[in-house]
Amino acid sequence: MKQWLTDVWEGFWTVLVGMKITWRHLFVKKATLHYPEERWVLPPKSRMRLFMKYEDCIGCGQCARACPVQCIYIKAEKRAPAAQPIFAANGQPIKLDVHVFDIDMSLCCYCNLCTYPCPTDCIYMTPEFEFATTDLTQHLYHFAKQGATFITEDPKKKAAAAPPAAPPAATPPPASPATPAGA
Amino acid sequence: MDFTVGLLLKLVPGLGGAPAWVLITLGAVVPAVLLVTMMALGPILYVYAETKIAGFMQDRIGPKRVGPHGMLQTVADAVKLLFKEAIFPAGVDKVLFVLAPCIVNVGAFLPFVVVPFGSHLQTADLNVGVFYVTAVASLSTVGLIMAGWASNNKYALFGGMRSAAQIVSYEIPAVMILLIPVMIVGSLSLQDIVAAQAGGLQSWLLFRYFPLMPIAFLIFFTAGMAECNRTPFDIPEAESELVAGFHTEYSGFFFAMFFMAEYTEMLVVSIVSSVLFLGGYLAPHPALQHIGGFSLGFVWLIAKSWFLMFIMMWLRWTLPRLRVDQLMYVAWKVLLPISLALMVVMGGLVMWKPTANGFPWDRYFGWPLTIGFFVLLFTGIVRAVQWSRRRVQELAA
Repeated sequence: MKQWLTDVWEGFWTVLVGMKITWRHLFVKKATLHYPEERWVLPPKSRMRLFMKYEDCIGCGQCARACPVQCIYIKAEKRAPAAQPIFAANGQPIKLDVHVFDIDMSLCCYCNLCTYPCPTDCIYMTPEFEFATTDLTQHLYHFAKQGATFITEDPKKKAAAAPPAAPPAATPPPASPATPAGA
Repeated sequence: MDFTVGLLLKLVPGLGGAPAWVLITLGAVVPAVLLVTMMALGPILYVYAETKIAGFMQDRIGPKRVGPHGMLQTVADAVKLLFKEAIFPAGVDKVLFVLAPCIVNVGAFLPFVVVPFGSHLQTADLNVGVFYVTAVASLSTVGLIMAGWASNNKYALFGGMRSAAQIVSYEIPAVMILLIPVMIVGSLSLQDIVAAQAGGLQSWLLFRYFPLMPIAFLIFFTAGMAECNRTPFDIPEAESELVAGFHTEYSGFFFAMFFMAEYTEMLVVSIVSSVLFLGGYLAPHPALQHIGGFSLGFVWLIAKSWFLMFIMMWLRWTLPRLRVDQLMYVAWKVLLPISLALMVVMGGLVMWKPTANGFPWDRYFGWPLTIGFFVLLFTGIVRAVQWSRRRVQELAA
Protein backbone atom coordinates (compact mmCIF):
# COMPACT_ATOMS: atom_id res chain seq x y z
CA MET A 1 0.00 0.00 0.00
CA LYS A 2 2.78 2.40 0.92
CA GLN A 3 4.65 1.45 -2.23
CA TRP A 4 1.52 2.00 -4.28
CA LEU A 5 1.01 5.44 -2.77
CA THR A 6 4.60 6.46 -3.45
CA ASP A 7 4.27 5.15 -7.01
CA VAL A 8 1.11 7.12 -7.62
CA TRP A 9 2.59 10.26 -6.08
CA GLU A 10 5.77 9.89 -8.08
CA GLY A 11 3.81 9.37 -11.27
CA PHE A 12 1.86 12.54 -10.60
CA TRP A 13 4.89 14.53 -9.49
CA THR A 14 7.12 13.53 -12.39
CA VAL A 15 4.38 14.57 -14.82
CA LEU A 16 4.42 17.99 -13.18
CA VAL A 17 8.22 18.13 -13.41
CA GLY A 18 8.05 17.30 -17.10
CA MET A 19 5.33 19.87 -17.64
CA LYS A 20 7.52 22.46 -15.95
CA ILE A 21 10.33 21.71 -18.39
CA THR A 22 8.11 21.93 -21.47
CA TRP A 23 6.48 25.10 -20.13
CA ARG A 24 9.89 26.64 -19.79
CA HIS A 25 10.78 25.67 -23.34
CA LEU A 26 7.57 27.24 -24.60
CA PHE A 27 9.11 30.67 -24.03
CA VAL A 28 12.79 30.27 -24.73
CA LYS A 29 14.40 31.64 -27.84
CA LYS A 30 13.75 29.28 -30.73
CA ALA A 31 16.64 27.52 -32.39
CA THR A 32 15.10 27.68 -35.86
CA LEU A 33 16.97 29.57 -38.54
CA HIS A 34 14.53 31.11 -41.01
CA TYR A 35 16.65 29.92 -43.88
CA PRO A 36 16.09 31.99 -46.98
CA GLU A 37 15.79 35.16 -44.89
CA GLU A 38 18.57 34.29 -42.47
CA ARG A 39 21.68 32.28 -43.23
CA TRP A 40 24.39 30.67 -41.30
CA VAL A 41 27.65 32.57 -41.36
CA LEU A 42 29.83 29.82 -42.75
CA PRO A 43 33.45 29.58 -41.68
CA PRO A 44 35.78 31.07 -44.33
CA LYS A 45 37.36 27.72 -45.11
CA SER A 46 34.04 26.00 -45.82
CA ARG A 47 34.38 23.56 -48.67
CA MET A 48 31.51 24.48 -50.95
CA ARG A 49 31.55 25.51 -54.60
CA LEU A 50 34.95 25.55 -56.29
CA PHE A 51 36.18 28.76 -57.79
CA MET A 52 39.11 29.33 -60.11
CA LYS A 53 40.73 32.66 -60.70
CA TYR A 54 41.47 32.44 -64.39
CA GLU A 55 43.95 35.30 -64.46
CA ASP A 56 46.27 33.46 -62.09
CA CYS A 57 46.12 30.01 -63.72
CA ILE A 58 49.35 28.85 -65.30
CA GLY A 59 47.67 25.84 -66.83
CA CYS A 60 49.89 23.29 -65.10
CA GLY A 61 47.05 20.84 -64.68
CA GLN A 62 48.12 19.65 -61.24
CA CYS A 63 44.62 20.23 -59.88
CA ALA A 64 43.14 17.98 -62.56
CA ARG A 65 45.67 15.27 -61.69
CA ALA A 66 44.96 15.59 -57.99
CA CYS A 67 41.21 15.33 -58.47
CA PRO A 68 40.03 11.88 -57.34
CA VAL A 69 36.84 12.06 -59.43
CA GLN A 70 38.26 13.76 -62.54
CA CYS A 71 35.86 16.63 -62.51
CA ILE A 72 38.36 19.25 -63.76
CA TYR A 73 38.94 19.47 -67.50
CA ILE A 74 41.88 21.57 -68.76
CA LYS A 75 43.06 22.20 -72.27
CA ALA A 76 46.13 24.37 -72.68
CA GLU A 77 48.72 25.04 -75.32
CA LYS A 78 52.00 26.86 -75.43
CA ARG A 79 51.91 30.59 -75.84
CA ALA A 80 53.80 32.03 -78.75
CA PRO A 81 57.34 32.89 -77.60
CA ALA A 82 57.04 36.37 -79.05
CA ALA A 83 53.91 37.21 -77.04
CA GLN A 84 54.03 39.67 -74.21
CA PRO A 85 55.03 37.89 -70.98
CA ILE A 86 52.21 37.60 -68.47
CA PHE A 87 52.36 36.66 -64.84
CA ALA A 88 50.18 35.21 -62.09
CA ALA A 89 49.55 37.29 -59.00
CA ASN A 90 52.38 35.63 -57.11
CA GLY A 91 54.91 36.24 -59.86
CA GLN A 92 54.75 32.91 -61.65
CA PRO A 93 55.15 33.45 -65.40
CA ILE A 94 52.19 32.10 -67.37
CA LYS A 95 53.61 30.12 -70.27
CA LEU A 96 50.44 28.33 -71.40
CA ASP A 97 47.24 29.57 -72.93
CA VAL A 98 44.41 27.89 -71.08
CA HIS A 99 41.57 27.46 -73.56
CA VAL A 100 39.33 25.24 -71.48
CA PHE A 101 39.08 25.15 -67.73
CA ASP A 102 35.83 23.41 -66.78
CA ILE A 103 34.79 22.08 -63.40
CA ASP A 104 31.83 19.75 -63.20
CA MET A 105 30.39 20.50 -59.75
CA SER A 106 27.90 17.67 -60.11
CA LEU A 107 30.87 15.29 -59.95
CA CYS A 108 32.91 17.19 -57.40
CA CYS A 109 33.26 15.43 -54.07
CA TYR A 110 34.34 18.55 -52.19
CA CYS A 111 37.57 16.93 -50.99
CA ASN A 112 39.61 20.12 -51.47
CA LEU A 113 42.54 18.08 -52.81
CA CYS A 114 42.80 20.19 -55.98
CA THR A 115 43.62 23.36 -54.08
CA TYR A 116 46.80 22.10 -52.39
CA PRO A 117 49.00 21.45 -55.45
CA CYS A 118 48.09 24.71 -57.18
CA PRO A 119 51.33 26.72 -57.47
CA THR A 120 49.52 30.03 -57.78
CA ASP A 121 46.64 29.37 -55.34
CA CYS A 122 44.20 30.22 -58.08
CA ILE A 123 41.74 27.38 -57.41
CA TYR A 124 39.95 27.39 -54.07
CA MET A 125 36.69 26.49 -52.46
CA THR A 126 34.21 29.18 -51.53
CA PRO A 127 31.52 29.15 -48.83
CA GLU A 128 28.94 29.54 -51.59
CA PHE A 129 26.55 26.59 -51.36
CA GLU A 130 23.31 27.71 -53.02
CA PHE A 131 23.83 26.58 -56.58
CA ALA A 132 21.08 24.06 -57.02
CA THR A 133 19.77 23.88 -60.57
CA THR A 134 17.06 21.98 -62.35
CA ASP A 135 19.54 20.80 -64.95
CA LEU A 136 22.72 18.89 -64.17
CA THR A 137 24.55 20.37 -67.15
CA GLN A 138 24.35 23.75 -65.47
CA HIS A 139 26.72 22.38 -62.86
CA LEU A 140 29.47 22.41 -65.45
CA TYR A 141 31.23 25.69 -64.80
CA HIS A 142 33.40 27.24 -67.51
CA PHE A 143 36.18 29.30 -66.03
CA ALA A 144 38.24 30.01 -69.15
CA LYS A 145 37.52 33.58 -70.13
CA GLN A 146 37.93 35.30 -73.45
CA GLY A 147 39.56 38.68 -73.18
CA ALA A 148 40.80 38.31 -69.61
CA THR A 149 43.20 41.00 -68.56
CA PHE A 150 46.45 39.56 -67.32
CA ILE A 151 49.20 41.18 -65.32
CA THR A 152 51.94 42.06 -67.74
CA GLU A 153 54.54 43.18 -65.22
CA ASP A 154 56.26 40.79 -62.91
CA PRO A 155 54.67 41.53 -59.54
CA LYS A 156 57.67 40.64 -57.36
CA LYS A 157 56.35 43.05 -54.76
CA LYS A 158 54.86 40.66 -52.22
CA ALA A 159 52.58 43.31 -50.78
CA ALA A 160 50.36 43.26 -53.83
CA ALA A 161 49.83 39.49 -53.68
CA ALA A 162 46.21 38.43 -53.59
CA PRO A 163 45.12 36.45 -50.48
CA PRO A 164 44.88 32.73 -51.26
CA ALA A 165 41.40 32.22 -49.77
CA ALA A 166 39.06 35.13 -49.95
CA PRO A 167 36.68 35.82 -47.03
CA PRO A 168 33.04 35.08 -47.84
CA ALA A 169 32.11 38.69 -48.41
CA ALA A 170 34.98 39.19 -50.83
CA THR A 171 34.25 36.07 -52.88
CA PRO A 172 34.38 37.05 -56.54
CA PRO A 173 31.35 36.08 -58.57
CA PRO A 174 31.76 32.75 -60.35
CA ALA A 175 31.99 32.44 -64.09
CA SER A 176 28.45 31.20 -64.67
CA PRO A 177 26.20 32.47 -61.93
CA ALA A 178 23.85 29.82 -60.63
CA THR A 179 20.63 30.83 -58.95
CA PRO A 180 19.39 28.67 -56.04
CA ALA A 181 16.54 26.87 -57.76
CA GLY A 182 15.34 24.83 -54.78
CA ALA A 183 14.74 27.82 -52.51
CA MET B 1 -34.71 24.29 -28.66
CA ASP B 2 -37.41 26.56 -27.28
CA PHE B 3 -34.82 29.28 -27.04
CA THR B 4 -33.78 28.92 -30.66
CA VAL B 5 -37.39 28.83 -31.81
CA GLY B 6 -38.09 31.97 -29.80
CA LEU B 7 -35.03 33.63 -31.24
CA LEU B 8 -36.00 32.64 -34.76
CA LEU B 9 -39.50 34.02 -34.26
CA LYS B 10 -37.99 37.26 -33.09
CA LEU B 11 -35.45 37.47 -35.90
CA VAL B 12 -37.61 36.36 -38.84
CA PRO B 13 -40.80 38.44 -38.77
CA GLY B 14 -43.12 36.36 -40.94
CA LEU B 15 -42.38 33.07 -39.20
CA GLY B 16 -45.16 33.32 -36.62
CA GLY B 17 -47.76 31.97 -38.99
CA ALA B 18 -45.75 28.90 -39.96
CA PRO B 19 -47.03 25.49 -38.87
CA ALA B 20 -45.53 23.93 -35.77
CA TRP B 21 -43.58 21.26 -37.58
CA VAL B 22 -41.69 23.91 -39.56
CA LEU B 23 -40.78 25.70 -36.35
CA ILE B 24 -39.64 22.51 -34.65
CA THR B 25 -37.56 21.46 -37.65
CA LEU B 26 -36.01 24.89 -37.89
CA GLY B 27 -35.32 24.91 -34.16
CA ALA B 28 -33.45 21.65 -34.55
CA VAL B 29 -31.74 22.32 -37.86
CA VAL B 30 -30.41 25.81 -37.20
CA PRO B 31 -28.43 24.95 -34.05
CA ALA B 32 -27.36 21.67 -35.62
CA VAL B 33 -25.95 23.42 -38.67
CA LEU B 34 -24.28 26.04 -36.51
CA LEU B 35 -22.74 23.47 -34.20
CA VAL B 36 -21.59 21.13 -36.93
CA THR B 37 -20.03 24.02 -38.84
CA MET B 38 -18.27 25.19 -35.71
CA MET B 39 -17.09 21.72 -34.85
CA ALA B 40 -16.01 20.96 -38.39
CA LEU B 41 -14.00 24.13 -38.76
CA GLY B 42 -12.68 24.05 -35.20
CA PRO B 43 -10.08 21.33 -35.85
CA ILE B 44 -8.37 23.65 -38.33
CA LEU B 45 -7.69 26.00 -35.46
CA TYR B 46 -6.81 23.25 -33.02
CA VAL B 47 -4.38 21.54 -35.37
CA TYR B 48 -2.71 24.88 -35.97
CA ALA B 49 -2.48 25.45 -32.23
CA GLU B 50 -1.14 21.96 -31.75
CA THR B 51 1.59 22.35 -34.37
CA LYS B 52 2.59 25.71 -32.97
CA ILE B 53 2.67 24.48 -29.38
CA ALA B 54 4.56 21.38 -30.41
CA GLY B 55 7.08 23.54 -32.20
CA PHE B 56 7.50 25.99 -29.36
CA MET B 57 7.94 23.23 -26.79
CA GLN B 58 10.67 21.71 -28.92
CA ASP B 59 12.40 25.09 -29.44
CA ARG B 60 11.16 25.23 -33.01
CA ILE B 61 8.68 27.69 -34.47
CA GLY B 62 6.21 25.40 -36.17
CA PRO B 63 4.44 26.29 -39.43
CA LYS B 64 5.56 29.62 -40.77
CA ARG B 65 5.32 29.90 -44.53
CA VAL B 66 1.67 29.55 -45.46
CA GLY B 67 -0.07 32.75 -44.50
CA PRO B 68 1.05 35.05 -41.71
CA HIS B 69 2.81 32.95 -39.07
CA GLY B 70 1.70 29.83 -40.93
CA MET B 71 -1.93 30.41 -40.03
CA LEU B 72 -3.18 28.98 -43.31
CA GLN B 73 -1.04 25.86 -43.04
CA THR B 74 -3.81 23.71 -41.61
CA VAL B 75 -6.27 25.13 -44.14
CA ALA B 76 -3.86 24.08 -46.85
CA ASP B 77 -3.49 20.65 -45.24
CA ALA B 78 -7.24 20.24 -45.02
CA VAL B 79 -7.70 21.26 -48.64
CA LYS B 80 -4.95 18.88 -49.66
CA LEU B 81 -6.62 16.04 -47.77
CA LEU B 82 -9.98 16.87 -49.36
CA PHE B 83 -8.56 16.68 -52.86
CA LYS B 84 -6.54 13.54 -52.32
CA GLU B 85 -7.73 10.28 -53.69
CA ALA B 86 -9.55 8.11 -51.17
CA ILE B 87 -7.85 4.78 -51.66
CA PHE B 88 -9.75 1.60 -50.97
CA PRO B 89 -7.14 -1.13 -50.59
CA ALA B 90 -7.98 -4.54 -51.98
CA GLY B 91 -9.71 -6.64 -49.36
CA VAL B 92 -11.32 -3.89 -47.32
CA ASP B 93 -14.92 -4.22 -46.33
CA LYS B 94 -16.08 -1.18 -48.24
CA VAL B 95 -19.32 -0.54 -46.37
CA LEU B 96 -17.70 -0.66 -42.95
CA PHE B 97 -14.64 1.14 -44.24
CA VAL B 98 -16.73 4.15 -45.26
CA LEU B 99 -19.08 3.91 -42.32
CA ALA B 100 -16.34 3.84 -39.66
CA PRO B 101 -15.12 7.45 -39.90
CA CYS B 102 -18.73 8.61 -40.10
CA ILE B 103 -19.59 6.80 -36.89
CA VAL B 104 -16.50 8.14 -35.15
CA ASN B 105 -17.55 11.63 -36.16
CA VAL B 106 -21.12 11.11 -35.07
CA GLY B 107 -19.85 9.95 -31.69
CA ALA B 108 -17.69 13.02 -31.45
CA PHE B 109 -20.37 15.49 -32.55
CA LEU B 110 -23.42 14.20 -30.71
CA PRO B 111 -22.38 15.33 -27.19
CA PHE B 112 -22.67 18.93 -28.35
CA VAL B 113 -26.43 18.54 -28.33
CA VAL B 114 -26.52 18.91 -24.55
CA VAL B 115 -23.58 21.27 -24.06
CA PRO B 116 -24.87 24.41 -22.34
CA PHE B 117 -23.16 27.37 -23.98
CA GLY B 118 -25.30 29.69 -21.92
CA SER B 119 -28.25 29.54 -19.57
CA HIS B 120 -30.54 29.25 -22.62
CA LEU B 121 -28.01 28.71 -25.36
CA GLN B 122 -28.35 24.97 -25.59
CA THR B 123 -29.68 22.75 -28.32
CA ALA B 124 -31.56 20.46 -25.97
CA ASP B 125 -31.56 20.43 -22.19
CA LEU B 126 -31.90 16.68 -21.71
CA ASN B 127 -32.68 15.64 -18.18
CA VAL B 128 -30.25 12.74 -18.68
CA GLY B 129 -27.50 14.98 -20.09
CA VAL B 130 -24.49 13.43 -18.38
CA PHE B 131 -25.69 9.94 -19.17
CA TYR B 132 -26.31 10.96 -22.79
CA VAL B 133 -22.80 12.38 -23.13
CA THR B 134 -21.13 9.21 -21.89
CA ALA B 135 -23.41 7.06 -24.01
CA VAL B 136 -22.85 8.81 -27.32
CA ALA B 137 -19.20 9.55 -26.67
CA SER B 138 -18.44 5.85 -26.46
CA LEU B 139 -20.09 5.41 -29.85
CA SER B 140 -16.80 6.41 -31.43
CA THR B 141 -15.20 3.25 -30.05
CA VAL B 142 -17.49 1.28 -32.32
CA GLY B 143 -16.25 3.37 -35.21
CA LEU B 144 -12.63 2.77 -34.28
CA ILE B 145 -13.08 -1.00 -34.07
CA MET B 146 -14.99 -0.88 -37.34
CA ALA B 147 -12.15 1.01 -38.97
CA GLY B 148 -9.65 -1.51 -37.67
CA TRP B 149 -11.69 -4.48 -38.75
CA ALA B 150 -12.74 -3.15 -42.14
CA SER B 151 -9.18 -2.24 -43.08
CA ASN B 152 -8.26 -5.93 -43.31
CA ASN B 153 -4.86 -5.08 -41.92
CA LYS B 154 -3.33 -6.52 -38.80
CA TYR B 155 -1.96 -3.21 -37.59
CA ALA B 156 -5.28 -1.50 -38.07
CA LEU B 157 -7.02 -4.30 -36.22
CA PHE B 158 -4.48 -4.07 -33.40
CA GLY B 159 -5.17 -0.37 -33.20
CA GLY B 160 -8.90 -0.87 -33.14
CA MET B 161 -8.74 -3.55 -30.46
CA ARG B 162 -6.37 -1.47 -28.40
CA SER B 163 -8.65 1.52 -28.58
CA ALA B 164 -11.56 -0.65 -27.50
CA ALA B 165 -9.62 -2.04 -24.54
CA GLN B 166 -8.42 1.41 -23.60
CA ILE B 167 -11.75 3.17 -23.84
CA VAL B 168 -13.56 0.40 -21.99
CA SER B 169 -10.98 0.62 -19.22
CA TYR B 170 -10.95 4.38 -18.92
CA GLU B 171 -14.70 4.74 -19.22
CA ILE B 172 -15.09 3.18 -15.77
CA PRO B 173 -13.10 5.72 -13.70
CA ALA B 174 -14.48 8.52 -15.86
CA VAL B 175 -18.06 7.50 -15.18
CA MET B 176 -17.34 6.97 -11.49
CA ILE B 177 -16.06 10.53 -11.30
CA LEU B 178 -18.90 11.76 -13.46
CA LEU B 179 -21.27 10.50 -10.78
CA ILE B 180 -19.74 12.76 -8.13
CA PRO B 181 -21.00 16.07 -9.55
CA VAL B 182 -24.27 14.33 -10.27
CA MET B 183 -24.49 13.26 -6.62
CA ILE B 184 -23.63 16.72 -5.36
CA VAL B 185 -26.04 18.52 -7.65
CA GLY B 186 -28.71 15.85 -7.67
CA SER B 187 -29.42 16.14 -11.37
CA LEU B 188 -28.13 14.63 -14.58
CA SER B 189 -28.92 17.72 -16.61
CA LEU B 190 -25.82 19.69 -17.54
CA GLN B 191 -27.80 22.90 -17.23
CA ASP B 192 -28.62 22.11 -13.59
CA ILE B 193 -25.02 21.13 -12.89
CA VAL B 194 -23.80 24.48 -14.16
CA ALA B 195 -26.54 26.36 -12.33
CA ALA B 196 -25.51 24.68 -9.09
CA GLN B 197 -22.04 26.16 -9.45
CA ALA B 198 -23.27 29.75 -9.62
CA GLY B 199 -21.75 32.29 -7.26
CA GLY B 200 -18.22 32.74 -8.40
CA LEU B 201 -15.12 30.68 -8.53
CA GLN B 202 -15.23 29.39 -4.95
CA SER B 203 -18.47 27.55 -5.63
CA TRP B 204 -17.19 25.71 -8.68
CA LEU B 205 -17.20 21.99 -8.03
CA LEU B 206 -13.44 21.88 -8.52
CA PHE B 207 -12.93 23.86 -5.32
CA ARG B 208 -15.58 22.23 -3.19
CA TYR B 209 -14.64 19.46 -0.75
CA PHE B 210 -11.20 20.84 -1.15
CA PRO B 211 -8.68 18.03 -1.38
CA LEU B 212 -11.17 15.59 -2.86
CA MET B 213 -12.70 17.32 -5.88
CA PRO B 214 -9.37 18.41 -7.42
CA ILE B 215 -8.32 14.77 -7.33
CA ALA B 216 -11.60 13.82 -8.93
CA PHE B 217 -11.04 16.43 -11.61
CA LEU B 218 -7.55 15.14 -12.31
CA ILE B 219 -8.84 11.60 -12.65
CA PHE B 220 -11.67 12.67 -14.91
CA PHE B 221 -9.36 14.72 -17.08
CA THR B 222 -6.83 11.90 -17.34
CA ALA B 223 -9.50 9.37 -18.21
CA GLY B 224 -11.04 11.77 -20.71
CA MET B 225 -7.68 12.29 -22.33
CA ALA B 226 -7.29 8.53 -22.58
CA GLU B 227 -10.72 8.27 -24.14
CA CYS B 228 -9.82 10.58 -26.96
CA ASN B 229 -6.58 8.70 -27.59
CA ARG B 230 -4.23 11.57 -26.85
CA THR B 231 -0.55 11.02 -26.60
CA PRO B 232 0.34 9.66 -23.24
CA PHE B 233 -2.46 7.22 -24.00
CA ASP B 234 -2.29 7.00 -27.78
CA ILE B 235 -1.52 3.31 -28.06
CA PRO B 236 -4.34 2.79 -30.61
CA GLU B 237 -2.36 4.77 -33.16
CA ALA B 238 1.14 4.24 -31.81
CA GLU B 239 3.22 5.22 -34.82
CA SER B 240 6.30 3.40 -33.62
CA GLU B 241 4.56 0.07 -33.11
CA LEU B 242 1.49 0.02 -35.34
CA VAL B 243 1.95 1.95 -38.54
CA ALA B 244 -0.80 4.39 -37.73
CA GLY B 245 -3.16 2.15 -35.81
CA PHE B 246 -6.76 2.07 -36.87
CA HIS B 247 -6.37 4.66 -39.61
CA THR B 248 -3.43 2.99 -41.32
CA GLU B 249 -5.38 2.30 -44.49
CA TYR B 250 -7.29 5.55 -44.61
CA SER B 251 -6.40 8.34 -46.94
CA GLY B 252 -7.78 11.60 -48.17
CA PHE B 253 -11.03 12.80 -46.75
CA PHE B 254 -11.63 9.76 -44.53
CA PHE B 255 -8.31 10.32 -42.84
CA ALA B 256 -9.24 13.96 -42.34
CA MET B 257 -12.48 12.82 -40.75
CA PHE B 258 -10.59 10.79 -38.17
CA PHE B 259 -8.51 13.84 -37.39
CA MET B 260 -11.61 15.98 -37.10
CA ALA B 261 -13.15 13.45 -34.75
CA GLU B 262 -10.03 13.33 -32.59
CA TYR B 263 -9.90 17.08 -32.10
CA THR B 264 -13.64 17.33 -31.63
CA GLU B 265 -13.44 14.65 -28.96
CA MET B 266 -10.74 16.68 -27.27
CA LEU B 267 -13.09 19.63 -27.27
CA VAL B 268 -15.91 17.46 -25.93
CA VAL B 269 -13.79 16.17 -23.07
CA SER B 270 -12.63 19.69 -22.27
CA ILE B 271 -16.14 21.10 -22.41
CA VAL B 272 -17.57 18.32 -20.27
CA SER B 273 -14.75 18.76 -17.75
CA SER B 274 -15.33 22.48 -17.59
CA VAL B 275 -19.08 22.04 -17.30
CA LEU B 276 -18.80 19.50 -14.52
CA PHE B 277 -15.95 21.03 -12.55
CA LEU B 278 -15.12 24.52 -13.76
CA GLY B 279 -18.55 26.08 -13.76
CA GLY B 280 -19.32 25.76 -17.47
CA TYR B 281 -20.45 29.09 -18.87
CA LEU B 282 -20.16 30.84 -15.50
CA ALA B 283 -17.54 33.49 -15.00
CA PRO B 284 -15.04 33.23 -12.13
CA HIS B 285 -16.73 36.23 -10.59
CA PRO B 286 -20.42 37.09 -11.13
CA ALA B 287 -19.40 40.63 -12.15
CA LEU B 288 -17.61 39.24 -15.20
CA GLN B 289 -20.63 37.32 -16.45
CA HIS B 290 -22.12 40.19 -18.44
CA ILE B 291 -20.51 43.07 -20.21
CA GLY B 292 -22.99 45.81 -20.97
CA GLY B 293 -25.96 43.47 -20.75
CA PHE B 294 -24.33 41.04 -23.16
CA SER B 295 -23.82 37.59 -21.70
CA LEU B 296 -20.30 36.22 -22.00
CA GLY B 297 -21.29 32.67 -21.12
CA PHE B 298 -20.21 31.26 -24.47
CA VAL B 299 -16.85 33.01 -24.23
CA TRP B 300 -16.21 31.70 -20.75
CA LEU B 301 -17.05 28.12 -21.66
CA ILE B 302 -14.86 28.24 -24.76
CA ALA B 303 -12.04 29.90 -22.82
CA LYS B 304 -12.13 27.23 -20.15
CA SER B 305 -12.29 24.37 -22.59
CA TRP B 306 -9.52 25.83 -24.75
CA PHE B 307 -7.39 26.16 -21.66
CA LEU B 308 -7.99 22.50 -20.88
CA MET B 309 -7.20 21.64 -24.50
CA PHE B 310 -3.98 23.57 -24.14
CA ILE B 311 -3.14 21.45 -21.10
CA MET B 312 -3.87 18.34 -23.17
CA MET B 313 -1.48 19.53 -25.86
CA TRP B 314 1.05 20.49 -23.22
CA LEU B 315 0.87 16.98 -21.80
CA ARG B 316 1.10 15.48 -25.25
CA TRP B 317 4.42 17.18 -25.92
CA THR B 318 5.70 16.40 -22.43
CA LEU B 319 5.01 12.75 -21.88
CA PRO B 320 6.08 9.69 -23.81
CA ARG B 321 3.57 7.06 -24.79
CA LEU B 322 2.62 4.54 -22.15
CA ARG B 323 3.14 0.86 -22.76
CA VAL B 324 -0.01 -1.24 -23.01
CA ASP B 325 0.49 -2.81 -19.59
CA GLN B 326 1.31 0.56 -18.03
CA LEU B 327 -1.85 1.94 -19.55
CA MET B 328 -3.90 -0.83 -18.03
CA TYR B 329 -2.06 -0.38 -14.73
CA VAL B 330 -2.97 3.29 -14.65
CA ALA B 331 -6.59 2.56 -15.45
CA TRP B 332 -7.29 -0.43 -13.26
CA LYS B 333 -4.88 -0.09 -10.38
CA VAL B 334 -4.60 3.65 -9.95
CA LEU B 335 -7.57 5.53 -11.34
CA LEU B 336 -10.24 2.96 -10.64
CA PRO B 337 -9.50 2.42 -6.90
CA ILE B 338 -9.10 6.12 -6.28
CA SER B 339 -12.27 6.98 -8.14
CA LEU B 340 -14.21 4.23 -6.38
CA ALA B 341 -13.01 5.42 -2.99
CA LEU B 342 -13.77 9.01 -3.94
CA MET B 343 -17.25 8.08 -5.08
CA VAL B 344 -18.01 6.29 -1.83
CA VAL B 345 -16.52 9.03 0.33
CA MET B 346 -18.23 11.80 -1.60
CA GLY B 347 -21.52 9.93 -1.43
CA GLY B 348 -21.16 9.77 2.33
CA LEU B 349 -20.20 13.42 2.57
CA VAL B 350 -23.16 14.49 0.46
CA MET B 351 -25.51 12.37 2.54
CA TRP B 352 -24.09 13.64 5.85
CA LYS B 353 -25.85 16.87 6.63
CA PRO B 354 -22.94 19.05 7.91
CA THR B 355 -20.96 18.47 4.71
CA ALA B 356 -23.83 18.37 2.23
CA ASN B 357 -22.56 21.51 0.50
CA GLY B 358 -18.83 21.15 0.98
CA PHE B 359 -16.32 21.46 3.74
CA PRO B 360 -16.29 24.58 5.91
CA TRP B 361 -12.84 25.58 4.67
CA ASP B 362 -13.73 25.39 0.99
CA ARG B 363 -14.21 29.10 0.37
CA TYR B 364 -10.59 29.78 1.37
CA PHE B 365 -9.19 27.71 -1.47
CA GLY B 366 -10.80 28.74 -4.75
CA TRP B 367 -9.28 32.14 -5.35
CA PRO B 368 -5.87 31.57 -3.70
CA LEU B 369 -5.35 28.35 -5.64
CA THR B 370 -6.38 29.84 -8.97
CA ILE B 371 -4.34 32.98 -8.51
CA GLY B 372 -1.41 30.88 -7.28
CA PHE B 373 -1.68 28.69 -10.36
CA PHE B 374 -1.58 31.59 -12.76
CA VAL B 375 1.19 33.31 -10.81
CA LEU B 376 3.15 30.07 -11.08
CA LEU B 377 2.61 30.00 -14.83
CA PHE B 378 3.63 33.64 -15.13
CA THR B 379 6.81 33.16 -13.09
CA GLY B 380 7.41 30.18 -15.34
CA ILE B 381 7.40 32.53 -18.33
CA VAL B 382 9.72 35.02 -16.63
CA ARG B 383 12.14 32.34 -15.53
CA ALA B 384 12.08 30.72 -18.95
CA VAL B 385 12.99 34.00 -20.61
CA GLN B 386 15.77 34.58 -18.09
CA TRP B 387 17.02 31.05 -18.62
CA SER B 388 16.95 31.53 -22.37
CA ARG B 389 18.98 34.75 -22.10
CA ARG B 390 21.50 33.03 -19.86
CA ARG B 391 21.77 30.17 -22.34
CA VAL B 392 22.36 32.58 -25.20
CA GLN B 393 25.07 34.35 -23.20
CA GLU B 394 26.70 31.05 -22.28
CA LEU B 395 26.68 29.96 -25.89
CA ALA B 396 28.10 33.28 -27.02
CA ALA B 397 30.88 33.12 -24.40
